[in-house]
Amino acid sequence: MGRETRAMQDDDATNPAVLWLLDGEALWSRKAGEAAKACADCHGDARSSMKGAAARYPGFYSAKEKIINLDQRVNLCRIERQQAPAFAYESRELLALSAYIGRQSRGMPIDIKADETTKPFLDAGRAAFNRRQGQLNLACSQCHDDNWGKSLAGNPIPQAHPTGYPIYRLEWQGLGSLQRRLRNCFIGVRAEPYAYGAPEFVNLEFYLMWRARGMKLETPAVRP
Amino acid sequence: MNGPGRKARVVVHLPQQARRGEIIEIRTLAGHDMETGFRRTQFGELIPRDIITRFACSYNGVEVFRAELHPAIAANPLITFSTVASESGTLEFRWSGDNGYAATHSAQISVV
Ligand code: HEC
Ligand code: HEC
Repeated sequence: MGRETRAMQDDDATNPAVLWLLDGEALWSRKAGEAAKACADCHGDARSSMKGAAARYPGFYSAKEKIINLDQRVNLCRIERQQAPAFAYESRELLALSAYIGRQSRGMPIDIKADETTKPFLDAGRAAFNRRQGQLNLACSQCHDDNWGKSLAGNPIPQAHPTGYPIYRLEWQGLGSLQRRLRNCFIGVRAEPYAYGAPEFVNLEFYLMWRARGMKLETPAVRP
Repeated sequence: MNGPGRKARVVVHLPQQARRGEIIEIRTLAGHDMETGFRRTQFGELIPRDIITRFACSYNGVEVFRAELHPAIAANPLITFSTVASESGTLEFRWSGDNGYAATHSAQISVV
């Protein structure tokens, strides 16, 4: 990320994702669903109740015995607690809520723990990261571990630490999730991306966040 | 994204206080897709133009800055400009555009 992009990200007067944060804040206290409850009715002020939450996602969801990401965690509350229909992936609402929740952990270290229960999911994510795929037959690790810092078609290859999602990507002219970003890398090597929310995708996200553990969250980040 | 029911979102930053004669910087951000009118859907149909066409700022009723916006300006336009802090009062910001788009914001400044 260049100097100008970082300056844009770190200043609330110029980071366009602030527009989504305002939507997220409004949604947080809007009653919805058959339960006619707002997120705030149960969770109170997000600035305290959600502090640190995003730094722990994706995480293990014991009722389903799988790893879920923050978007899925929000939708669980939509369905089970508010009794409202789930928000679609990449919808304005879901991105706004995840960005708003993520914002409450800005500056906090990513805190993903691997233990006996989560190890199989982490291993699956790591295997996907190291597996060659697509018509170009390239693994994520060949770019992001072996060649980071070099450039690809004029773009510097980053280390693929997902510290700022959802991000405002200048290329998208809007906010998008980590899965949307990853789809671009899949398509880049001409591989078929997983469907949004697919367990393989979430395991890969889980591995990437574990790999970035200790780094500070910068949600909502700005990226070229 | 700018469809009915969605509140027009704008964010404005300026100092709350300034010295008389000081040059102050004002930064404004408006949430808008800025659909150029040149793009087509995957079925080849033209996506109609939907942009902000005008932005203006007045300071105690006097216009101090105005901009006309055109297609191919990025989504969520950030407009930064400066003015001279002459007296305490109100700054009014007004954006307007295609399909009845209109947003307003006002801010106070105290000049000492
Ligand atoms: C009726 C009460 C209720 C409502 C309404 C509700 N939640 Fe929850 N939420 C909970 C409970 C209880 C938990 C604890 C975890 C569980 O469900 O197992 C939780 C957990 C969470 C978590 C995980 C926090 C963590 O530290 O891991 C997030 C994020 C969350 N809710 C977001 C939301 C959002 C966003 C909304 C509104 C769209 C919402 N919730 C609405 C009751 C509610
Ligand atoms: C051919 C090289 C290449 C491969 C293979 C590749 N990527 Fe990337 N990736 C890039 C480049 C280049 C960027 C930065 C693009 C930009 O800045 O516009 C990037 C960006 C990213 C980012 C965003 C980092 C940030 O700062 O937000 C993540 C996460 C990521 N890649 C993960 C992956 C994963 C997971 C895979 C495997 C499925 C993968 N990439 C495969 C080249 C690659």
